[in-house]
Amino acid sequence: MEAVAVSLREPVDEFSPEQWGKIDAIIAEHRTKPGALIPVLEQVQGISGYLPEVIQRRVSRGLGIPLAQVYGVVTFYSFFTMKPKGRHQIRVCLGTACHVRGGHQVERRLEEELGIQPGEVDKDRLFSLDIVRCVGCCGLAPVMVVDEDTHQQVKTAKLDQILAKYRDQEEVHHG
Amino acid sequence: MVALTIDNLAVEVPEGTTILEAARSVGIHIPSLCTLPEMHHSPGACRVCVVEVERARSLVASCVYPVAKGMKVKTNSRRVREARARVIEFMLSDHPRDCNICQKHGNCELQQVAEQVGVREITVPCTDFTVHDIDDSSEALVRDASKCINCLRCVTACAEVQGVFLLTPEGRGFNSRVVPALAKNLVDSACTFCGQCAVVCPTGAIVEKDHTDLVWAALEDSTKHVVVQEAPAIRAQLGEEFGLPPGTLVTGKMITALRRLGFDRVFDTNFTADLTIIEEGNELLHRVKTGGKLPMITSCSPGWIKFIEHFYPDLLPHVSTCKSPQQMFGALAKTYYAEKEGIDPASIFVVSIMPCTAKKYEAARPEMNSSGYRDVDVVLTTRELGRMIRQAGIDLAALPEGDYDAPMGQYSGAATIFGATGGVMEAALRTVYAVVTGKNLPSLDITAVRGLDGIKEAALEIGDLGEVKAAVAHGLGNARKVMDMVASGQADYHFIEIMACPGGCVGGGGQPLPASDEKRRLRAGALYQDDSDVQSLRQSHENPSIQALYDDFLKEPLGEKSHHLLHTHYTAREV
Ligand code: SF4
Ligand code: SF4
Ligand code: SF4
Ligand code: FES
Repeated sequence: MEAVAVSLREPVDEFSPEQWGKIDAIIAEHRTKPGALIPVLEQVQGISGYLPEVIQRRVSRGLGIPLAQVYGVVTFYSFFTMKPKGRHQIRVCLGTACHVRGGHQVERRLEEELGIQPGEVDKDRLFSLDIVRCVGCCGLAPVMVVDEDTHQQVKTAKLDQILAKYRDQEEVHHG
Repeated sequence: MVALTIDNLAVEVPEGTTILEAARSVGIHIPSLCTLPEMHHSPGACRVCVVEVERARSLVASCVYPVAKGMKVKTNSRRVREARARVIEFMLSDHPRDCNICQKHGNCELQQVAEQVGVREITVPCTDFTVHDIDDSSEALVRDASKCINCLRCVTACAEVQGVFLLTPEGRGFNSRVVPALAKNLVDSACTFCGQCAVVCPTGAIVEKDHTDLVWAALEDSTKHVVVQEAPAIRAQLGEEFGLPPGTLVTGKMITALRRLGFDRVFDTNFTADLTIIEEGNELLHRVKTGGKLPMITSCSPGWIKFIEHFYPDLLPHVSTCKSPQQMFGALAKTYYAEKEGIDPASIFVVSIMPCTAKKYEAARPEMNSSGYRDVDVVLTTRELGRMIRQAGIDLAALPEGDYDAPMGQYSGAATIFGATGGVMEAALRTVYAVVTGKNLPSLDITAVRGLDGIKEAALEIGDLGEVKAAVAHGLGNARKVMDMVASGQADYHFIEIMACPGGCVGGGGQPLPASDEKRRLRAGALYQDDSDVQSLRQSHENPSIQALYDDFLKEPLGEKSHHLLHTHYTAREV
């Protein structure tokens, strides 16, 4: 008899051995505990940033929980995501005030600049773009938030400068 | 017992009974779409079963609400009728209005319930429903999530009955739908193609892939010599497609109908079921005598094969190398039969009628071409054959009895019972006993392996072999339990029969719908009746056509020709 393993795994491993080590430790720690799935997924997402197929398979195997159940939970709760996030997360406010005062122009300019739609991440996984409804500083609209920094009265002409700041950070970081 | 009134009728039922069941016991049929008590499935999801309970503030779902002493229930008030109609109207507002061209037309529970509650108008435009991609990636099943009503029956069937755990609701709210894990297509998943999800689906959201067009085309092609084989269970199921009661044996009428459809030869899978017993029985004896891998496990059920390939690949050496009767038939039709009749095998077109959706997948497996051609060209389920017979305007019930063609139509009663769980085991033990001892079993009926218990065991003293221990499981959830025993070394059986579907082939993914255990029991009864009352021969090795096949062509069991045409290998797969 011939045994051919049909591999369904993703070919490239985008996570470092260190990340896998942490992920496996989380799974191991919860292996025998009932109701472990949601806390495990939460902690693992904290390490990996998102929950792609490879990770869901690893969790399924590690906890002995069917893959379908893992997938069902991941898609049920909105705080789990199967899409990668950028290292910097841009959130553009389209609440009423921002909407009126040019939030859309900001959004459109960012889409062009990054080549992505809201909910997506650029090809270097540097920036991801999301839309939010009111971040609570309507007086200074339009507003965009990058990571923890709130940028107020954003002008489309200044967007390049803002993005450049985060790009530079990366270079320093990696340099 | 609990006494209550339903629509002013006094009712007394055991404690714990639901209102829905209590109402049925006095002839009130409350509409329902999600509950399936036989499968212990009552998610309370569809809400079409609502009733009014005195002093309860809102309407309650009768399928999950238990009766209570002195309860007063109204199942048919204006408030109830309007609520039900609203539920169905809401469901239909996000549903394609395709009934006339839907494969489930006439057999769809959503249609039936819509008729019962009397919806006559849907206020949203008929194009305004969520369209999902259709998954027709497999040979066996087609999934159209646009027709899904989120009753979750398929999820329970796949997980609790079949132990495959492939399906799950995805997301939540209005756009939620049921998908395979990671929203993969079925071909890219660990689906066994058993079709039990299609059996329980109330709508057309999961159906068999219809291949009737291919068969019509072959029948109309004068260059093709079209032969047909029917699985044992078909003769006990086909009548239901034409309104005959479950458990009616329609062998002769089925043959006549197939002739009228235009098949050149009407043969029978039972012929190769007998052959399977000879090959598999000898394989078992060979394993016992040479210290081969035991327990040996049957290989006739392609859903089971796909299951073990995914979930227990380490145990594959336990599985008999025998092909299923369907595939043995195809390989012999294009070699033995072609030679004997002087027909070019390239022009032979083999059609199988199976109670099974996984057989469609099996026939398309790449290794199933040992005749030099694809051994079985098209597989139709019982439901599709019913469709063809109706299209041709043939009234099955009124047909005269026909008879099989030679040389691949003769069979024993042992072959017929392959269609019920335990049948392969019983047939094999009859022949193994006779081969080893030179005598017939004192009673040919081995009742310990019959019936719908999930796992059955039997032990039989067989001459020099001593005590032979056997186990039988049906439904992949039960197969899982037995495999866990084998894997942990706790199973001291010699021989195990596994059928993927509950009840065996009589409960297959291609059976007439709707399904129930009662129908499975009645159909099995018809097969045992064929074995005991209709067939003059009851043991596979007594079949003269099988003896001739060995004399003229195969020469010996497990011989070179058998090895090439009748045996196969398996593939370990990931989950
Ligand atoms: S699933 Fe039922 S209700 Fe829906 S289109 Fe098909 S027959 Fe009609
Ligand atoms: S065919 Fe069987 S294994 Fe596949 S999804 Fe349906 S129930 Fe599950
Ligand atoms: S696919 Fe069918 S059985 Fe499954 S949830 Fe949808 S309607 Fe119900
Ligand atoms: S049948 Fe009661 S909620 Fe569906």
